[in-house]
Amino acid sequence: MGPSGVGTSVPAPAGERRRDAVIRTEQLQKRYPGAEAPAVDHLDLEVFAGEIFGLLGPNGAGKTTTAGMLTTRVVPSGGRAEIGGVDVARHPALAKQLSGIVSQQNTLDRQLNVWENLYFHGRLFGMGSRRSRHRADELLQQFQLARWAKASVYALSGGMAQRLMVARAIFHEPAVLFLDEPTAGLDPQSRLVLWELLGELNAQGQTILLTTHYMEEADQLCGRVAIMDHGHLLALDTPAALKQSIGADTVLTLKAAGDAAELREKMAAALDGVTASRTVEGGAQLQLRGIERLVPRAVAAAEALGVDLIDLSVSEPSLETVFINLTGKELRD
Amino acid sequence: MAVTETPHVIGTRPPRSVAAASWTALGALLLRDAVVLRKHVWEFVLRTLIQPFLLCFVFLFVFPKIGQNIGGRGNAAESNFATILVPGVVGISVMFQGVQSIALAMAQEFGFTREIEDRVQAPCPIWLVAVEKVISGTFQGLLSAAIVLPIASVVHASGVQAHLALHWGLILTLVPLAAVAMSGLGLLLGTSFEPRNIGLMFGFIILPITFLGGTYYSFDRLAAVRIGGFHWLQTLVLANPLLYVNEGMRAAFTAAPHLHLYVVYPVLVGFAVLFMSLGLRNFRRRVLS
Repeated sequence: MGPSGVGTSVPAPAGERRRDAVIRTEQLQKRYPGAEAPAVDHLDLEVFAGEIFGLLGPNGAGKTTTAGMLTTRVVPSGGRAEIGGVDVARHPALAKQLSGIVSQQNTLDRQLNVWENLYFHGRLFGMGSRRSRHRADELLQQFQLARWAKASVYALSGGMAQRLMVARAIFHEPAVLFLDEPTAGLDPQSRLVLWELLGELNAQGQTILLTTHYMEEADQLCGRVAIMDHGHLLALDTPAALKQSIGADTVLTLKAAGDAAELREKMAAALDGVTASRTVEGGAQLQLRGIERLVPRAVAAAEALGVDLIDLSVSEPSLETVFINLTGKELRD
Repeated sequence: MAVTETPHVIGTRPPRSVAAASWTALGALLLRDAVVLRKHVWEFVLRTLIQPFLLCFVFLFVFPKIGQNIGGRGNAAESNFATILVPGVVGISVMFQGVQSIALAMAQEFGFTREIEDRVQAPCPIWLVAVEKVISGTFQGLLSAAIVLPIASVVHASGVQAHLALHWGLILTLVPLAAVAMSGLGLLLGTSFEPRNIGLMFGFIILPITFLGGTYYSFDRLAAVRIGGFHWLQTLVLANPLLYVNEGMRAAFTAAPHLHLYVVYPVLVGFAVLFMSLGLRNFRRRVLS
């Protein structure tokens, strides 16, 4: 599992849900001019106060467009989207008071130093000079950027710039913190630091909506995950429930010389409890129930079938597996 | 798990009205620009002065010295030319300020830095973010007029002298109006050109505007350029916004002949409105999808 403090949020009990929704979309739709298919198609979502909600899907799934509509940058073609009860399409200026945004690119003010980037954000959101100054100092401490306070933002590494953008986004205590692919392009160390940070913010009550195409990120960080593809919501639940939903507890990947389709067929028939199977590069992948003595059973079955095994691996189902079962393709395709 | 029992929800209702939030946001954006200007004040001064200084140095100092006169022979003729050129130099500076402080900055912020994405998240209507740029550009335009005029009027060879006559009523109204119109032009250009096409913008927009904007000559003298009875160049330059800026500067700073003020004022207002509305439309299109 991830660092401590991460993944502590769970969905609110069913009865509480409607009351606590901070974000609500109804039949939300976006069709870009000239595009054949809508980028987001009749999306119904609710995000509850205090949760980390993930929009998971490959590029072009409609996650960024959804986040764009919620953050008033993309004008919906139909349906409704609300933040804190404010219709984002009709009252964008009001909705912006409630949102903190960390975009994919570095959008720090290059003309200002690290401290000033925070300070002027506070002023922009109506905080007085004193309060802004105080909070800028406080956040630089909290985000371990204090010694860079006077530095140019050009001097920051990718991970530090990202942290500064998160600090800036939460400066005005937004109802929702939006992060668009927050760890894309970050090194593994910076990614862990960011996950930890987001977990801490969430533990303090910060509602977070993030888009990602990293299943590990969705799995470790998010209380609930919406899996999207081609603008549609395919599944929505906790990562654990999503993984349970596929009905298998183990994924067995076999690599062998020869025809992959034949390998898949033979092995799926020879082993007990196989719920789904598919070919992968150089072999086959089986989803099955029952991990007991699976390796010896699989090796024995392969021997009996005359299959020349090159490699065999056993893993738990992941959100990737869920995505594959829903769409027939891999998340990174 | 305690998180969901009694979630500490940070306010989920907008704390302030749009008007109140917009007002403070505008103030903060202006404050930010002022702080950035103060940080780079010498860069601003040098950038503003280099072109006027070179123009005056070459035309009003070098040319008379080497006998390559403009405007006729003798100090009187050269001084007449200086009287035409000095207000033109102020006008061109105001225009360049609009282009530089808005168009170039905006092209960059829309382009590789993507800073604009953050700026438009300010809790105000997005048009206000563009309007703030124009306000800030106008202020910088006024500042540049104030520092260029003294420099332009002292750089000249001995015996050559621009005859300045300051009309304060015009200075206090026309110069700000010109600065607003040129900042509007900056907004329009900055939102129309991709960063990679900035070279094109200079080559095909800025240079023709500069050379055909009445900086080096006054409008009435162009009457001499004609085909048959048609004053084609005089007619053509009427489409150039800089012409009205420069003629206005001539009216404000000298006693030289200039376009009628009842032409200059309404046309400058018209250009300001046109540039602003097109610029705001482009801005909106670039920001929203």
